[in-house]
Amino acid sequence: MDAISLIVRSIFVDNMIFAYFLGMCSYLAVSKNVKTALGLGIAVTFVLVLTLPLNYLLENYVLKAGALSWLGEQYADVDLSVFSLLIFIAIIASFTQLVEMVVERFSPALYNSLGIFLPLIAVNCAILGGSLFMQQREFANVGMATAYGFGSGIGWLLAIVGMAAIREKLEYSHVPKPLKGLGITFIITALMAIGFMSFSGINI
Amino acid sequence: MALLSGKTKEALLGPLNKNNPVIVQVLGICSALAVTSKLEPSLVMAIAVTIVVALANVVISLLRKSIPNRIRIIVQLVVAAALVTIVSEVLKAFAYDVNKQLSVFVGLIVTNCILMGRLEAFALGNGPWPSFLDGIGNGLGYGWILVVVGFFRELLGSGTLFGKKVIPQAVYDAGYENNGLMMLAPMALILVAIIIWIHRARNKELQEEMN
Repeated sequence: MDAISLIVRSIFVDNMIFAYFLGMCSYLAVSKNVKTALGLGIAVTFVLVLTLPLNYLLENYVLKAGALSWLGEQYADVDLSVFSLLIFIAIIASFTQLVEMVVERFSPALYNSLGIFLPLIAVNCAILGGSLFMQQREFANVGMATAYGFGSGIGWLLAIVGMAAIREKLEYSHVPKPLKGLGITFIITALMAIGFMSFSGINI
Repeated sequence: MALLSGKTKEALLGPLNKNNPVIVQVLGICSALAVTSKLEPSLVMAIAVTIVVALANVVISLLRKSIPNRIRIIVQLVVAAALVTIVSEVLKAFAYDVNKQLSVFVGLIVTNCILMGRLEAFALGNGPWPSFLDGIGNGLGYGWILVVVGFFRELLGSGTLFGKKVIPQAVYDAGYENNGLMMLAPMALILVAIIIWIHRARNKELQEEMN
């Protein structure tokens, strides 16, 4: 039950894009049509679901202060948390490489349309952000961490697909010239974020 | 100035205006907007990013001939992560309160697209000195947007600057209210959109044809 409410919370209330602005770079650049947006959203969700539990285990059994005590008494006060950033990013970069190879093998069309943004998932802030929030919130077990990863990924996917759908329709509207492209995208994101704020009062 | 001529000057000053990383190249928005609700964290974040980008540029530029092309992303990430860890430890030691406010966003400098973008696009092909200037320029270009957004959000949202009251009590007595909406996340996006609007109205060549 806890896991389900955590998923709902991380999709709607703590949405990666609308509440924390994480993963904005690829969000702004790849939200031009729905199909590509959906593909990238799925890839991001996939990487999040895989890396969060792994980083959770590393955090709790290797990196945290006293986490190495299962090795024996003398390791009980070893604190490796300084290295957490390095370890997290290394895990994320290697999983991104894996996803890239899988997508290239099974869907060359999607691979071509995502272009540079597939390797850039490694530097997608939403993913490292997920791991850092996981570290900060100290989830009870690895299941909760996975649920958080899944929820955040779906939230990100929802945001980018919604944005892409709006931008497809935006073709037909008259936007002031200096606002075209980037400017109007920012304003629409802000309006969507205000919309998502209506969820913040919900107590789950 | 012999040190600042031609190309090096462009590397330092270009990013402040025509080549701004945030509003023209659309890089580094990720970790930027969430910290701008107050002026102080915005300023600290701007300084931290400038330092990290400049130093990472120098390190990668020195290593550029010995990094194999295939693993360069991992090398860049490791260099960036090491520098960010140093900055974050320094912040924890000397500015603990600000560090608390910035929370995970200091760590997120690693995945700041400006950093990776500059390492890829500039440091891999240029010497250490131009790379250093390029890093400083891009850090400042990113920083001034942050500071402007932070300034307006704190001034209009809570009537303070650096935590000190600047709007006199008489104005409140006359019926003025702080605009709570400014403290919420979406207003950062709208403020950046307004900056983009003004900037592009003045620089016509940057306007886009497509939506």
